[in-house]
Amino acid sequence: MTPDTTLDTVIDAVSAVFMVVGAAMSLGAAIGLLRFPDLMSRMHAATKPQVLGLFLLLAAVGLQLRTWWVWPVLLLAWIFQLLTVPVSAHMVGRAGYRTKHLHRELLSTDELEAVVQKAAAKDTAASDAEDDDDSA
Amino acid sequence: MSRRRVSLRQELPLLVWLVFVWGALWQNFTPGNLLFGAVLAVLVARMFYLPPVELSGRFSILQAIPFALQFLVKVAAASFQVFYLAVARGPKVTNAVVAVPLRSHSDLMVTATGHVISLIPGSLVVEVDRSTSTLYIHALNVRNPDDVVKFRRSVREAEAGLIRIMGTEEELAALKQEVDA
Repeated sequence: MTPDTTLDTVIDAVSAVFMVVGAAMSLGAAIGLLRFPDLMSRMHAATKPQVLGLFLLLAAVGLQLRTWWVWPVLLLAWIFQLLTVPVSAHMVGRAGYRTKHLHRELLSTDELEAVVQKAAAKDTAASDAEDDDDSA
Repeated sequence: MSRRRVSLRQELPLLVWLVFVWGALWQNFTPGNLLFGAVLAVLVARMFYLPPVELSGRFSILQAIPFALQFLVKVAAASFQVFYLAVARGPKVTNAVVAVPLRSHSDLMVTATGHVISLIPGSLVVEVDRSTSTLYIHALNVRNPDDVVKFRRSVREAEAGLIRIMGTEEELAALKQEVDA
């Protein structure tokens, strides 16, 4: 075997491993969606394993194409994924928390609840004061 | 046009990033194409009045590389952990919403910390209190107060790493004091 074909074999093997593990991450996301009990924990499964999954698949594509100019595009695709995933997760998570789409009995602690209730109490107190002003 | 001017030096990293995006999308890094990209980048930055991104003007590449590697390792480890939880624990998983007060009050630093934490599987930012720069984070598989303490420490460590990379001098000094104490 010439050194060139050995290198090819190594690259093929590495990208094969990357692709299988990357696809397994998608499988993990699907299993998580089915198995986790509430919206918030499903968000973890749906968004997060993809960060690694996409990274591995893009790396496999880059290794297989063997031209340097695809690397900047692949890097760009991954960075945009890194920038957008937390935002979408935050938006859905925040909306889910506010509309009470979560199972409280599954939380060991909730340090946000007290803050929300305090803010709500302040709001009602303020609007009560306004009502008093109106009647006076 | 009441926008405060941001000096070119502060804006430069963002312009370089825009030129890189331009080159990558055309898959063409010849000087002519990059120059045209640079002209477009300056035009876009001057004409569209989004709130300015205030960089601290400090960036330590020596700190950034180990941080990025560590981040990749954490993402990989946590991905497998979430996979395992999905398969093994499933409906019986116990979570928590944890409040983590951050050191820094700059928007950029709070956003960056939130991003890093959200990208590591098993945690997502539910709510941000900008006035006290506190992140409220929903974390997977946090079962008892010990886990909460451990989790909070890991978030504060991520923030410390980011401050070492691109925090302002004051933040860096405060961090040093805290570590020494």
